Amino acid sequence: MSELRFDNVTVRYGSTTAVDDVSLTVPSGQVLGLVGESGSGKSTLARAAVGLAPVDSGTILLDGKPVPTRGRRRPLQMVFQDPYSSLDPRMSIGESVAEAIPPGSSRAERRAEVERLLELVHLDPDRVAMRPAGLSGGQRQRVALARALAGKPEVIVADEITSALDVSIQGAVLNLVRELQRELGLTILFISHNLAVVRYVASHVAVMHHGRIVEQGPTGQVLSEPDHDYTRTLLAAIPGNRSI
Amino acid sequence: MRRWMRVLRTPLGLTATLLTVGVLVMAVIAPILWTDDADAIDTSNILAPPSSEHWAGTDNLGRDIFYRTLVATRLSVELALSATVIAVVVGLVLGTASFLLGRRAGRFVNAGINIAVAFPGILLALFFAVIFGVGATGAVLAIGMAGAPAFGRLTQTLVAGIASRDFVAAARVAGVGRFRSLFRHVLPNIAEPLVVNATISAGSALLAFAGLSFLGLGVQQPKYDWGRLLYDGISSIYVNPWAALVPGTAVIVAGLAFNLFGESVAKALGVGVVGGIPELPSVSAHLEDVAPVDASRRPAEDVDDVVLDVRNLRVTFPGPRGPIRPVRGISFAVRRGEAVGVVGESGSGKSLTALAVSRLVDDSGRVEADRLDLLGTDLRAADSKAQRQLLGTSMAMVFQDPMTSFNPTQRMGGQLAESARHHQGLSKKDALSRAVDRLRSVRITEPEKRAHQYPHEFSGGMRQRAMIGMGLMGTPALIVADEPTTALDVTVQQQVLDLLASIREADDVALILISHDVTVVGEVCDRVLVMYAGRIVEDLPAGELSAAQHPYTRALMAAVPDMHTDLDEPLAVIPGRPVDPSDVPQGCAYAARCPLASARCRTEEPALVDGVACWHAGEPIDIEVVDRELEEVEAS
Repeated sequence: MSELRFDNVTVRYGSTTAVDDVSLTVPSGQVLGLVGESGSGKSTLARAAVGLAPVDSGTILLDGKPVPTRGRRRPLQMVFQDPYSSLDPRMSIGESVAEAIPPGSSRAERRAEVERLLELVHLDPDRVAMRPAGLSGGQRQRVALARALAGKPEVIVADEITSALDVSIQGAVLNLVRELQRELGLTILFISHNLAVVRYVASHVAVMHHGRIVEQGPTGQVLSEPDHDYTRTLLAAIPGNRSI
Repeated sequence: MRRWMRVLRTPLGLTATLLTVGVLVMAVIAPILWTDDADAIDTSNILAPPSSEHWAGTDNLGRDIFYRTLVATRLSVELALSATVIAVVVGLVLGTASFLLGRRAGRFVNAGINIAVAFPGILLALFFAVIFGVGATGAVLAIGMAGAPAFGRLTQTLVAGIASRDFVAAARVAGVGRFRSLFRHVLPNIAEPLVVNATISAGSALLAFAGLSFLGLGVQQPKYDWGRLLYDGISSIYVNPWAALVPGTAVIVAGLAFNLFGESVAKALGVGVVGGIPELPSVSAHLEDVAPVDASRRPAEDVDDVVLDVRNLRVTFPGPRGPIRPVRGISFAVRRGEAVGVVGESGSGKSLTALAVSRLVDDSGRVEADRLDLLGTDLRAADSKAQRQLLGTSMAMVFQDPMTSFNPTQRMGGQLAESARHHQGLSKKDALSRAVDRLRSVRITEPEKRAHQYPHEFSGGMRQRAMIGMGLMGTPALIVADEPTTALDVTVQQQVLDLLASIREADDVALILISHDVTVVGEVCDRVLVMYAGRIVEDLPAGELSAAQHPYTRALMAAVPDMHTDLDEPLAVIPGRPVDPSDVPQGCAYAARCPLASARCRTEEPALVDGVACWHAGEPIDIEVVDRELEEVEAS
C-alpha cells in the first residue's frame, strides 16, 4: 500500500498563497491527474510533496506517515517538466541514474540496476556513457523516468512531463507512463494542463483553480459530468472538443 | 580538452599562452641558474649604467639588475599565485555558503559579501597590510583577502544559476545531500568561468603586489620581487633609468600574460565558433537539387485574390560542415481571408518559413525563392523604405512568447503607437488613440487604463492579444502567427484563437497559423500544410485531416490523444527522431520512420502531387508493423 494524502496543505510565498488548504488523496496503485492553468498552484503542490517547497500548514502523508524529506531514503520521486534542465549536462546518463540508487549496493549491482532501469524505459543500455546532449527530448525524459525509478519509489510525481516535448514524442512517453504504472503498480500524481492527456493516463482527476481543489473524482465522471464551472470551462477549451 | 585547445588557434591566444608558459618556466629555472649572478656584490661597480657586462646596469651594491629581475620572477609569481589561491578558496567558501546553509543563513553571508565587494579593494589591502604587518606574508594575505569578495560574489551568482536548475532539485529529491550535490553537480558546471577568472585575477594580483612592494608595504630586504626592485630602482632613476624600467617591464609582461591568457580562454570556451563563420558560396552545388515544384495546384490565376505567393522558398544557413538548408523549396499561396495552418515537429522548418516570409531571417541566413510576393510586391528585392512600409502595415506577426515580444520598460500604449507613427505618419496623439482603439478591438477591458500600463502588468493571454492588437495598428492583409498559444493556458488559448478567427472574419484578413498541434490547426484553419524536414509533405483541407494521405500526417493525427482516444490501446507513436537539417537523407526524408517505406522511398524524393508528397500515399498502415518497427528503432 502506498497512498499519498494531502491534508489541509497550505503553501505561501511571501504574501501570496500558492496552495490554499488543499486536501487530496492519490489512491494506492492509481494515477491521479491534477489539472489547472499555470499559476493555479499544481506544481507548487508537487514540489511541496517532495520537499522542494516549504509547507506552511497541513501534512503530507504516505500511508498515514509523514513523507520523509531528509536523508537518503526517499519514497517519493519526481520527474520534471523540462528534460533539458533536469539532467546534469556534465554527467553521463548512467551516472545520473546511478546517483538516485539507494546506497548500500556494490558497484556491479549498481551497474546491473542502471542497465535494468534503462531497459525498463526502452533505452539501449549501451548508451549509459552518453551525455544528455546526445539525446532527444523524449529520450532525456525517459532517462529522467529511469532516475526517478532508481530510488525505488512508492509514489512518482510527474510534473507536466510531456509539455516540453513534440507531439510525436509525447505519445511514446505517455505510453511508457501507463506501462510502468501497470507493471510496477506505482502510485502516480500526474500533473498536466492537458485534459486529453490526463484522461488517457489517469483514473482519477482533481481540478485546481487559484490554489484550491475545486473538483475531484473518477476521470470518467469528472469529464462527462463536471460539477464545477471551472471544469466546464476547461473542457470547453480543448481544441476540437467544441460543439460547433 | 578540445575546447581548451581552441585557445591556441587565435594569434592572441597563442601569444598569451606562450607568454604565460614563458613566465612560469622562468619562475622555475631563473633562480636555479642565476641566483649566484644576481647576488654577486661588486662594490667597484655601484650604480653602473647598462654595459655589455651588466645589461641593465647595477644597483647600489653593484648587483646585476637584469639577473635580479629574472630571479625575482619566482618570488613575484609565487606571491601572486598564493594570493590568488587565497582569494579563490575564501571566495569559493563564501560563494557556496548560501547554497550549503539554506535560504535564511545564506542571506546573511550574501549581505556580507555584498558589503565587502562595495569596499574599495586597495583600501582593504592597505587595511590588511596594517593588521598582518609589513612583509611578504602580510601582503599575500592582504591581496588574497581583498580579492576574495569579488570572487565570492562571482561564485555566488554562478552557483545560484545552477542551483535553480531542475537537475539539482532532482538530486535533492533523490536524497543527495547538499554538500555532495555541490561537488557533483554545481561546481563542475561552473568550473570553467571560475578557472578563467582565477587566471585573470592572478594577473591583477601580480600588479597589486608590485604596487604594494613599491609602496614599501610588500617584500622586505634581503628578499626581492619585482615591486621591490622597482622601489629600489626608482631612487636612482636619474642615474640609471634601466634599474626601474627593467623590473617594470617584467611586471607588465607577466601581468599582461596572465590577463590575456585568461581572456583568451574565456573567449575560446564561451564563443561557439572561433575563426569566423565561413562565407556562403553563392551557389552551393550539392544543395541545388531544386525540388520539383508543384505547379499543378493553385496557379495564381486571379492574382487579386492572392495575398501571399511563395514559390520554391529556400532558407540556407552557414554551418560548421557546409551550408545547412532547413527550408528546402516550399511553395504555397494564401488567399484573402484564408486561414492556412502549418504543422510539423520542431526542426521541420515551419518557423523559419514564417520568418522568411516576413523578412526576419537574421543576416547569416540566405533566403531564396522563385517568387515571394506579398500583395503583388516582390519581397525578394533589396530592403527599401516602401517594402518596410508594406511589411509594417500589411503584415502582422504574432510570436510564441508574448513576454519577450514587448519592451519591458515601455508602456503598452506607446509601443503600439510607435509602429503607427513610424509607418503611417500619425501624430503622437492620434497614434495613441488608435492604440487604445486597437486594444479595445482585441477585447482588452478598460483599454485607456491598460494603455498606460507596462507589459508585466498584463497577463500572458492579454499580452498575446495586445501583440495581435499591435499587428492591427495598420490594416493587415495577412497575420502570421507562430505558435501563438503554446505558452498559454488552454482556456486563454481558446480566447486568442477565437480572436484571430473573428479578426479574419471581420476584415477578410488572411492567416498563417504555425503550430505543432494538429488539433489547434484543424480547428482554426481552412487548409493545412504539413511540413517535414523543410518540405511540404501534404497540403490538404483542414476538414480532411482525419482522411490524410501522407503516413506522416496520419501518424501526427494518431499520436495526439483527444477526448475520444481509445483508453485500452497504446497511443500511436512515430518511431525514431526528426531529421537533422544538417544531415538530410537521400530520398524521402521521412522514409526512416515510415512503416510504408520501400526501396524507392530511400533513393527518390517524391514531389508534392495532388497535395501529397509520398510514393505510397493513402496505403493502409498495419498497426502491428508500426509497433514492431518501434521496438527495432528503440533497440538500435
